[in-house]
Amino acid sequence: MDFGPYILLASLEGAVTAAVLALTAVGLSLVFGVMRVVNIAHGEFFMLGAVIAWWVAQSMGGHPAVGFAAALVIAPLAVAAIAVAADMTILKRLDYDPERTIVATIGLLYIIQQVTLMTYGPDARPVEAPFDTRLAIPWIERGEGGWQLYWPWGLGTTSYKLAVIGAAGAVLIGVWLLMSRTRIGLVMRATQMDRDMALAFAIPVEKVYALVFGLGAGLAALGAVLIVPIQQAHYLMGADPLLLSFIVVIIGGLGSLPGTVLAAVFIGLSDGIISVFFSPTLAKILATLLVGMVLVFRPQGLFGSRAA
Amino acid sequence: MLEIDAIDAGYGRAQVLRQLSLTVRSGEILCLLGRNGAGKTTTMKAVMGLLPLMGGKVTLDGTETSSLPPHEVPRTGIGYIPQGRRLFSGLTVAQNLEIGMRARRSPPQTREQVLELFPRLRERLGQQANTLSGGEQQMLATARALCLRPKALLLDEPTEGLQPTMIEAIRQVIVKMRETGVAVLLVEQRVDAVLSVADRVAFIENGRNGETLPAEALRADHSIVERYVGV
Repeated sequence: MDFGPYILLASLEGAVTAAVLALTAVGLSLVFGVMRVVNIAHGEFFMLGAVIAWWVAQSMGGHPAVGFAAALVIAPLAVAAIAVAADMTILKRLDYDPERTIVATIGLLYIIQQVTLMTYGPDARPVEAPFDTRLAIPWIERGEGGWQLYWPWGLGTTSYKLAVIGAAGAVLIGVWLLMSRTRIGLVMRATQMDRDMALAFAIPVEKVYALVFGLGAGLAALGAVLIVPIQQAHYLMGADPLLLSFIVVIIGGLGSLPGTVLAAVFIGLSDGIISVFFSPTLAKILATLLVGMVLVFRPQGLFGSRAA
Repeated sequence: MLEIDAIDAGYGRAQVLRQLSLTVRSGEILCLLGRNGAGKTTTMKAVMGLLPLMGGKVTLDGTETSSLPPHEVPRTGIGYIPQGRRLFSGLTVAQNLEIGMRARRSPPQTREQVLELFPRLRERLGQQANTLSGGEQQMLATARALCLRPKALLLDEPTEGLQPTMIEAIRQVIVKMRETGVAVLLVEQRVDAVLSVADRVAFIENGRNGETLPAEALRADHSIVERYVGV
């Protein structure tokens, strides 16, 4: 049997992981970049996105696409609202002190997780994908009549998985446009570069922080809504995205959005490929090892600039 | 008119300013002189609301600015040119100016007027701020503050590390601002540079007021300066 088709399959699976990871990690990176807050509860915002998506899809009824479309809008907005509330009631009162916000977001992690356990319960529940056509993976082979396409038996992906990759790409382009082309992006970048001078030029820094924290959490939730038809919603599902997001953000360079996206693609793809051929645990071990190497040899990350 | 009325301020529990009072009239340049660590920069930060006041108040043309949240202080019309320029270094020259323009929603003419004062910046609008030369960075920091159409301007060591032609350019702009009725509070180490532009000089010592004198008096009698800032 040929090796090629399996590599292609593993890369596609990895690309789905990478797409969702990129959304989640960009959310974490934005929050750290602008607010200098290390948000340990980021994975729980991801989990909340999935759980709320299940809840919305469940209560809508009708064609699965209707429920999913509603979840795609409602879940990220609801999670963003929760995050904004957490920012204004907790982080703001700690003056965004780097150490104290770490402890506070650890507390937030457990509160969100346990409240979900108490209300949603310990079950893993699926959300039906809006469309789920099976697509066979084609491969080219040199046959008797020269190069020809064929479909190796049993290897396939779904149209939904391809859509996830496309949707994540579109959202990431949207985030990039927001940061580089709009006034609110300009204000966010100015706040990131020099908080005091932003204040001295009438930028309402507290509102910017609330917005960024909401946006970061909303991106994680959006990633979760996209993955929940593939993975199911569960109250402990936030741990892996949190770990992987930190890995990606550290490798990509804290606060560097392009670096974060590139690192997400790299980690997602290698995670997919290593998981298919060896084991998912080995994939995590190698990723964590890579973080260690990056921290030793290039602490500012592969694409980050050293803080002045 | 910018009035600083018996303010106390500091960092955490370390109080730096004690009962400090200053008055800068519109169309006047008041220079604040003192040794390193006397509280000059702290005074500016306290006026901007970047340090919480422990006591006293700051008013601009009768409006109490010290009771406002920090981001609303510049909206009353206070432009700040901090020590070390503190530009938004990853943004372009144009974007830095835009942030100044948006602070008080200045009309587009303001930008034109400011660029007329600093023609060098017009040639570099698309350039990133951190790629400018030191003098150009100081011009940009000044231009950014002027985009806010300030009624009061705080300048913290604007000529630090600049070559003489740049110092002269910055000085001319300060004098022009005085002519248009801006209240200018200037912190400067180089006494000679100060005496030629300042109307009055206020001395600050250990966070407290020293004498405030007309600049002519100091030009005539240099010994007072030696007493406060000499080593």
